[in-house]
Amino acid sequence: MSDNTKTIKGRTGDWEIVMGLEIHAQVASKAKLFSGAAVGFGAGPNEQVSLVDAGFPGMLPTLNKHCVEQAVKTGLGLRAQINRRSQFDRKNYFYPDLPTGYQISQLYYPIVGEGVVEVEAEDGSFFNVGIERLHLEQDAGKLIHDLSPTESYVDLNRAGTALMEIVSRPDLRTPDEAVAYVKKIRTILIYLGTCDGDMEKGNLRADVNVSVCRAGNYDKFKETGDFSYLGTRCEIKNVNSFRFISQAIQYEARRQIEILEDGGSITQETRLYDPTAGETRSMRSKEEAQDYRYFPDPDLLPLDLEEAWIAEIKASLPELPDDKRKRLMADYGLSQYDAIVLISEQAKADYFEAAAKGRDAKLVSNWVTNEVSARLGAEGKDFSQNPLPAAHVAQLVELIETNVISSKIAKEVFDHVWNGEGSPAEVVEKHGLKQVTDTGAIERAVDEIIAANPDKTAAVAEKPQAIGWFVGQVMKATGGKANPAAVNDILKAKLGL
Amino acid sequence: MSDLTKLTLKGAVDGLKAKDFTSAEITQAFLTTIEAANPTLNAYVEVTADKAIDMARASDARIASGKGGALEGAPLGIKDLFCTEGVQTTAGSNMLRGFVPPYESTVTANLWRDGAVMLGKLNMDEFAMGSSNETSAFGPVVNPWKSTGSNAELTPGGSSGGSASAVAADLCLAATASDTGGSIRQPAAFTGTVGIKPTYGRASRFGMVAFASSLDQAGPITKTVEDAALLLQSMCSFDAKDSTSLDIATPDWTQSVGKSVKGLRIGVPREYVVDGMPTEIQALWDQGVAWLKDAGCEIVEISLPHTKYALPTYYIVAPAEASSNLARYDGMRFGHRAEDFKSLDDLYATSRAEGFGKEVQRRLTIGAYVLSAGFYDAYYVKALKVRRRIAEDFDNVWGQVDAILTPSTPSAAFALGDKQIDPLTMYLNDVFTVTTNLAGLPGISVPAGVDAGGLPLGLQVIGKALDEATVFQVGAALERAAGFTAKPGMWW
Repeated sequence: MSDNTKTIKGRTGDWEIVMGLEIHAQVASKAKLFSGAAVGFGAGPNEQVSLVDAGFPGMLPTLNKHCVEQAVKTGLGLRAQINRRSQFDRKNYFYPDLPTGYQISQLYYPIVGEGVVEVEAEDGSFFNVGIERLHLEQDAGKLIHDLSPTESYVDLNRAGTALMEIVSRPDLRTPDEAVAYVKKIRTILIYLGTCDGDMEKGNLRADVNVSVCRAGNYDKFKETGDFSYLGTRCEIKNVNSFRFISQAIQYEARRQIEILEDGGSITQETRLYDPTAGETRSMRSKEEAQDYRYFPDPDLLPLDLEEAWIAEIKASLPELPDDKRKRLMADYGLSQYDAIVLISEQAKADYFEAAAKGRDAKLVSNWVTNEVSARLGAEGKDFSQNPLPAAHVAQLVELIETNVISSKIAKEVFDHVWNGEGSPAEVVEKHGLKQVTDTGAIERAVDEIIAANPDKTAAVAEKPQAIGWFVGQVMKATGGKANPAAVNDILKAKLGL
Repeated sequence: MSDLTKLTLKGAVDGLKAKDFTSAEITQAFLTTIEAANPTLNAYVEVTADKAIDMARASDARIASGKGGALEGAPLGIKDLFCTEGVQTTAGSNMLRGFVPPYESTVTANLWRDGAVMLGKLNMDEFAMGSSNETSAFGPVVNPWKSTGSNAELTPGGSSGGSASAVAADLCLAATASDTGGSIRQPAAFTGTVGIKPTYGRASRFGMVAFASSLDQAGPITKTVEDAALLLQSMCSFDAKDSTSLDIATPDWTQSVGKSVKGLRIGVPREYVVDGMPTEIQALWDQGVAWLKDAGCEIVEISLPHTKYALPTYYIVAPAEASSNLARYDGMRFGHRAEDFKSLDDLYATSRAEGFGKEVQRRLTIGAYVLSAGFYDAYYVKALKVRRRIAEDFDNVWGQVDAILTPSTPSAAFALGDKQIDPLTMYLNDVFTVTTNLAGLPGISVPAGVDAGGLPLGLQVIGKALDEATVFQVGAALERAAGFTAKPGMWW
């Protein structure tokens, strides 16, 4: 059965996109994968380079156990198989950012095997993405071409930094799915503390393998496992934002479809996405592809993990996003949608939980996901940088719950609180924002407005929804502090509605 | 005082401790001898005279205050494969000419910790690839031995030719060396010296310029088996900076020297009889068997059936690893860089073509070939399988024997230039020694006799993994029985 939402119209019929992603996530670690050199952002060029990283004669790699632990943790977080024995291989090629002439990676026996990730789609439904493997490898250095017209410079600070490459099955079908999948992986990594997920710094980036096939062929591939049902793939290297991932896929799929519809064929190749031009460009074709001459690194012994150590790591895992989502729904009665919005950021969910104790959880959730999120967003911050104590949100909601302020006034209170004028209670006190529940005062205001507007009073009998105008006038007269429910009741009585 | 250079390492260390002479005196004696001999023998690529004198004086001060280490004040030669802080380290290659490492290899650091004095850096085949020292960018080392009635200059063997020649010609008390396929034992056999390659993982590879990581091991070349024990136990240590280093204590092997070998079972592998082996090699081997039998050993004929595949296996595994290990010599950060180049690829190709000699280029090419897609399974993976079989051959006989006796080399030293035309003939030099590298086992070469021309010949003792003790025990027994006292005539 072919799903309509997953097809693209072509001139000659319907097409489907099939994608597999390789996510490169920098391991959160103070030191590199095989040298004691520090890892960090913002150091001067070549300040974080050891002789091992620089490939000096006689220098040998020694494995950083913390990075192994991070990889195991990530594997467990992806509900994947942890391989008790893995091995490091050398991928050989010459490039100035690769001092030893080989990258240490894991081709033949990766540390983590198959797993599966449940991803939330935009519409609230879920889909599964198979994980083929996760392996540890070294990052390369950086070339800088724009400092001199005649020379290129090499910065080896990043050389040797630990990366986890997370390889998915060809289970992704739309640009939205691909983005949702990367977001989910990113969230899991951040929850686990195994990668900071900072895409701007390149700490998380994706290689996207895109192919197109005729509508229906993907299902045949799924049934038979026969890859010949799928099209030839192109790999778009190093895409480092959600937006670019989506754009690159859309462009690339369209490009491939046009070639095929013109009777051409797709060349398997590596491509680069240029966000400025909004297009992918060929880097090198399969024929030009290098022979990396992979072989087991003889400087490193096979990596054997003890079952007890894996169990220890498993026991120390934090609550994962999927579990948190389910728990928030069960414990706080939140909708799936609210729960998904909250868990998208660990600090956001924590913040919610801190504020929701004993309060109306739905109301707290709304404040956290709307007002607080919006303010942080406007300041370019996330919840881990949130200056507003959760207790303030809790108090604000309490003030609403106890009818001390209305929801509308609460927004004004929030403005003051956000600007650092103190707790919500203090702000309400200071600015005299307490809700007027004194029916006498409201009645007086209502009487005055009815008296002053006989035509409107007459009209409202014909058009009851015009009561809104009266509500607005009463609120205006009371400085917005009148209890809206009371205003409504009194107006209805006086207007005979 | 030139007698001092004739001392054994043990004799010198004892003499220094007893204050019979000072380290400054013996060091100066060696420097004088080197100055006279080196222009002819070419054993040293660099003599660090000032440093040697400074180190000797510091040793003398420590000896005076009673704080000397196990090798205190003993002047040694260092194969130029070991990185020495502040002292040029070339690995015999133009690629590294002028390279001065800002760090010290673990092996040499251990020697300085024990008080040894560095005389200088010893010549070697380029990147340890060679069996005659003729691939060195600094020219071949000359063997101090000459065949009776011939004036031909002979090879000291390789790749540790400088180490072997220097020890044989009394240009140092003892020397460090390294062995990937026989580079310690073959030169030792060619020069009438003792050389041992320990169990893989005993000596740290940190700071040792890599040839083939899974095969390279450091070891000493010395005048006696006891000296070899003394120096090896100083060189070896667990080193966290080398992932293949064994976290295991280093025994006092000097205790094994002189111990009776009575009751030990000695294996004689029938596959080590090779086609065209000179009769005097077979005779020497038979003699070795007879000596050990006389000393009370039980002689057991054994079979190591995969021996014939060892050399081809070695010449796949070693070049494969080398092709990757030597990729770092790219003209970018250190070492030779071509002056004229048209592109990045051209810079790599030209720098490497200029910096590496022919034999290195040959092996890097072989290595890249056997690892390339389409050939990897047929060559490299197959070689790894055969390598396991070779190791299993040894595992299978350890129940029957305690050590194995073989010749060290299929011939005595040959003339410089003799085998350069045909690399395959040259590779045959390693036929008896490569098996222990492939299996990671310890092996010692002990001078045991001479050929018709009076050139030294060696016998090899192979032991179980980590059982250097038995290797030294049997090696010392052979040394005693052979009573090898011949020295090369001073013709230089």
